[in-house]
Amino acid sequence: MHIVDGALSNPVVAAGVVLAVGGLAQGLRKLPMEKIPVAGVLSATFFVASLIHVPIGPSSVHLIMNGLAGLVLGWAAFPALFVGLLLQAVFFGFGGLTVLGVNTVVIAGPAVIVGLLLGGRIQNSPTRAAAIWAGLGGGLAIALTTAFVAIALALTGDEFLPAAKLVFLAHIPVIVIEALLTGAAVYLAKQVKPELFDDLQGAVR
Amino acid sequence: MTSVLSTIDKPLTETGGNRQVSWIGLIDPRIRILCAATFAVAVVACNDFLALSAAVVVAFGLLSVSRLPAMQTLKRVATMDSFIIFILLLLPFTVPGTQMFTLWGFPASWEGLWQAIEIALKANAIVLALMALVGTMEPVTLGHALHSLKVPAGLVHLLMFTVRYIDVLREEYLRLRQAMKARGFRPSTGWHTYRSFGYLVGMMLVRSMERSERILGAMKCRGFTGHIPLLDRMRFRPADALFAAGFCALLLGLAALEVTHGAI
Repeated sequence: MHIVDGALSNPVVAAGVVLAVGGLAQGLRKLPMEKIPVAGVLSATFFVASLIHVPIGPSSVHLIMNGLAGLVLGWAAFPALFVGLLLQAVFFGFGGLTVLGVNTVVIAGPAVIVGLLLGGRIQNSPTRAAAIWAGLGGGLAIALTTAFVAIALALTGDEFLPAAKLVFLAHIPVIVIEALLTGAAVYLAKQVKPELFDDLQGAVR
Repeated sequence: MTSVLSTIDKPLTETGGNRQVSWIGLIDPRIRILCAATFAVAVVACNDFLALSAAVVVAFGLLSVSRLPAMQTLKRVATMDSFIIFILLLLPFTVPGTQMFTLWGFPASWEGLWQAIEIALKANAIVLALMALVGTMEPVTLGHALHSLKVPAGLVHLLMFTVRYIDVLREEYLRLRQAMKARGFRPSTGWHTYRSFGYLVGMMLVRSMERSERILGAMKCRGFTGHIPLLDRMRFRPADALFAAGFCALLLGLAALEVTHGAI
């Protein structure tokens, strides 16, 4: 979900830039140089994950997985997802330049919220419970992302209101799919490498 | 390197060499980034049809001199998010104004149509200019240029690592997909597919973590102390000044068009 240049009003764009700069500053503060390789490789992982298309009925959706990014990276998810969005805008033409701030807040904001809310639970729960919490987190992140997009559009003007509502409804299947995938991903990660979440929570967060 | 990101077959060198196929590639990367950013801000500020059309023409001009594969790039830009296209299609029906036609009892307005066209023109002009000016850069060069534009070192290093490992991890992903295919996996709509894709992402996560541990180990073995030197070989030459001046003149032209034409 990338908003394009020219769609939003100037105050919304400016607010997006301010929030994104604040989030980046906070995220980088939680990211010592020692942890840059981990964060960079994970940032690349989420970039590749966003290229995966999952079938849904006759159509397909591409993954966002920002909930999972938040659960693994905590605050560091903010700069990590920003880098992905920057690369997508510059090399793929997805999104835009002036709206980069808004797009970052829309994708990375929910990631950090989910990470802060549920990160500890994922860390301490047994595998099955962690997978269920992660599924909730994955769904919540996409729900928040869609809600943020709707808010940005609604603040721009009333003419976007019907579209914003329809976009939210249309994303309910995506919320379900992301929830299922995030839950399964955490289930596997907890079984194969239980310390995966501990490692990063202690250091990157 | 970074074939996922490359929009063109550039003669890359692994150290971040800056050889390019067109003269735009020889302009100082910092100037190109600043030009793309000012162009974006200027175009967003425009509201006049003539000025926006001129901006699209400028963007197409940049695209043609950048020697990006035109068709491929345009196709990429045209495949905007389906949700943006959806919003643009809805605009004529949600903006009140002079009636254009009625579709199933919903009136469409000229004002709404104009607003949708305005957004499409702005978005395409900015993205095309961005891809022509900055997208032709080698991703590593982008990192160095951002660093010399005073972007925090942490963010630049994060960008460099991401750029370096996108291709590696994409290959990892394709290997995993091939392994799934070999075991008879065919994606469809259903719990089995979603669980398998979830495991796939989880496995990528595990392997990435382990890879990053090896990377850090290798870096420490070579004396990594928490600081990565950034090559800074960019020089500001007369040709760059000329390009910057020319670009400013173009932007002033756009502004003049907006002011004079928009005022009438």
